[in-house]
Amino acid sequence: MSLDPSHTQTPHLGLFVSGLCKSYGPVQVLADASFEVRPGEVVALLGENGAGKSTVSNIIAGSTKPDAGSIAWRGKPYSPASPADAIDAGVGMIHQELKLLPDLSVAENVYVGRLLMRGGRIDRAAMNARASAQLKRLGLDVSPERKVRTLRIAAQQQIEIAKALTLNAELLIFDEPTAALGSEETELLFKQIRKLKAEGMSFIYISHRLDEIAEIADRVVVMRDGRIVARHERADVPVRAIVEQMVGRSVERMFPPLSEPGSETLLEVENLSSPERSFQNVSFSVRAGEILGIAGLIGAGRTELVRAIAGADPISSGSVRVAGKPVHLTGPAAAIKAGVVLVPEDRKAQGVVLDQTIGENLAIGNFDHVAPNGWVFPKAVQKFAEAGIGRLGVKGRPNQAISKLSGGNQQKVIIAKWISRPPKVFILDEPTRGIDVGARAAIYDVIAELARSGMAVVVVSSDLEEVLGLSHRVLVLSRGRQRGILDRSEASNVAVMELATS
Amino acid sequence: MAVSNGASEVKAGPNAQAAAGAKLSALFAGTMGPLIGLVLLCLALSLTTDTFLTFRNILNVLDQVTVLGIMAIGMTLVILIGGIDLSVGSVLALAAMVMGFVAHPDHLNLGMPAGIGAALVVAGLCGLASGLLVTVTKLPPFIATLAMMSVARGLANMITDGSQIIGFPDWFTSLSIIRHFGFLSVTVGLMIVLAIIFAIFLNYRATGRSLYAIGGSAEVARLSGIPVKSLTNWVYAVCGVLAGLAGIVLAARLDSVQPSSGFGYELDTIAAVVIGGASLSGGVGSIGGTAIGVLIIGVLRNGLNLLGVSPFIQQVVIGVVIALAVATDTWRRRAQ
Repeated sequence: MSLDPSHTQTPHLGLFVSGLCKSYGPVQVLADASFEVRPGEVVALLGENGAGKSTVSNIIAGSTKPDAGSIAWRGKPYSPASPADAIDAGVGMIHQELKLLPDLSVAENVYVGRLLMRGGRIDRAAMNARASAQLKRLGLDVSPERKVRTLRIAAQQQIEIAKALTLNAELLIFDEPTAALGSEETELLFKQIRKLKAEGMSFIYISHRLDEIAEIADRVVVMRDGRIVARHERADVPVRAIVEQMVGRSVERMFPPLSEPGSETLLEVENLSSPERSFQNVSFSVRAGEILGIAGLIGAGRTELVRAIAGADPISSGSVRVAGKPVHLTGPAAAIKAGVVLVPEDRKAQGVVLDQTIGENLAIGNFDHVAPNGWVFPKAVQKFAEAGIGRLGVKGRPNQAISKLSGGNQQKVIIAKWISRPPKVFILDEPTRGIDVGARAAIYDVIAELARSGMAVVVVSSDLEEVLGLSHRVLVLSRGRQRGILDRSEASNVAVMELATS
Repeated sequence: MAVSNGASEVKAGPNAQAAAGAKLSALFAGTMGPLIGLVLLCLALSLTTDTFLTFRNILNVLDQVTVLGIMAIGMTLVILIGGIDLSVGSVLALAAMVMGFVAHPDHLNLGMPAGIGAALVVAGLCGLASGLLVTVTKLPPFIATLAMMSVARGLANMITDGSQIIGFPDWFTSLSIIRHFGFLSVTVGLMIVLAIIFAIFLNYRATGRSLYAIGGSAEVARLSGIPVKSLTNWVYAVCGVLAGLAGIVLAARLDSVQPSSGFGYELDTIAAVVIGGASLSGGVGSIGGTAIGVLIIGVLRNGLNLLGVSPFIQQVVIGVVIALAVATDTWRRRAQ
């Protein structure tokens, strides 16, 4: 392991990244990132969600521009203005969410944007032949005329790789390539990477599955909070060591003291499974005044689980009981009636109606309170809104457009919407996503206060420190399976990450 | 914080000035642009013609817009929830034909009340079918109501094999002719009462406010416990019933029903709602705005007739007005 910034001593024709910085507004997402990728090498880029891996790779792939720093590639300065620039320079990126046109053929997808022409017409025969050749190179037997929609995810990913190969890519960036793959498909992908590596291609490999790293990577770069915190010259570093570096001990945050939970069990979830198998056989219970954190990596099924409990998505089996009574989860309305409310993950798309005022947003879902006999009077809405605003300290007035509020204040409005009912079970999915670090403490205080007032609180967060700082207990999910429930005393960064990456 | 304070001060200014007309401004919220357009239009026509600004002509305009006005109320609801209903013209014709067939002595001869009742039921079922296609079959509203547009038109033609039915009782036709108290025909009165009822519904009823939430974001509404699917079904059904009612009003005005009537009305109706400031993406719009939109189209047609402008040029003018109205609205929104 070396933290020496002057690590780029051996000259080669690979990639040199030095001193990249990037800020969005006041938030610095990338600070002085430097590393290198040699020809014929796989470098694993590791870190928690939000550590800056995507920003680095987007800069290298030309879709984001750095504020400072430089890149050299194949011995020349390299600063791609667009993904097309990057592709021309031989740098391709395979995104986690595949960017294919599902209703076009495999060959058309491979050649999209630069379809082969002959005599003013598309030369399908040549496209099919050449796409076919690249697919064979990957050991794939797929007709180039097949529609991409009819292929499995793993095969679609191969199409993306084939596309990069026909573009003569010499550096490929993989963002979580195995997140949607089974073990056999992963093995095939690794085989291909090794083959291409032997031909001299370089790879940047981003993954959360730390167990894969030793198998596929040559070197490891670990990021945290926008900085590179460690570089390993070998990939067979103990997972535990990498995890410790990933979660590290950075800024200490102010978490409110937690009150002692009550004895009454308010939420009981038993063997809950989803029809899409995004989570399976999850069982847990939460007492009055208790905060249960749900941790796991992206795609572990956390959001799907809490949405199902809140009636937003269907379940295939299992049961939910609130204060001892079984809840028939027919939809959000039924869950709300039973006392289960959700502050959803995507604030702008699922939490607030951006066209409306704060007051209107607070009234939605509370017409049974605000509107006796169904009559909604502006004064009643105003009064209701003022109460909610006052209780949570929202910086705004009832008749103000909610789109003008900061993310933190919007989040408080969504919490305020439910608080007056009052609910028995309060679920918050990524309550501080997109909210300034400074404003987060206020949200934490609100969450602690919800528990103190006797509700059962469930908090889902990708921010591990947040889960640990806020929760009495932590449930860890990995690939839809419940890997364990840790008590506050035993829930450390490392313990949670080990379960989450299992 | 400084930015949001600045924005709120700007907002507070006009609010304070308009304190006296607060009630009125609430009803016509967000419709200042179309209202100014209507006033300018009326002003221009008063100056260019002797006949526009007469009591008689104003009553004519109101008579002429009853069918459009009643349909536009239903369309406002549909557009508010982010939908669209292309079938209203066809449903109007089908309802009128059902009424004629059930009521007319040459056919079933069951009397006007039975005819009217049957027409409204059939129109409501058409709307409900569109709604179910949207909520259950998950068809885009455009496609669902395009299908219903074709089906209803075909059914309307099937009833009499394409021929019209002429001659209704005098009391029925007089609904649109006799002006009570010297100015108000029953049909115009019906339109005004419906507009008021639905304006109150949208402004002050929980269900009405829920429609705004659905249009603003169906997912937010659903997660807030609003029964999005059943309200959507209801909205399309009500839109159908109102189209049927418009068909009955048209029958009273013409003393006949024909399967080809109402052709292209859906576009006029959508135009009126959009000119009135509603957003086709949902969540924005009001009955007050729609009333202004309907009047703009009515006044424009009436005025162009008075000026002797050919119907072909009228179509061009109305097209330009639609584009202008929505463009100014878009610019204003972007400026905010």
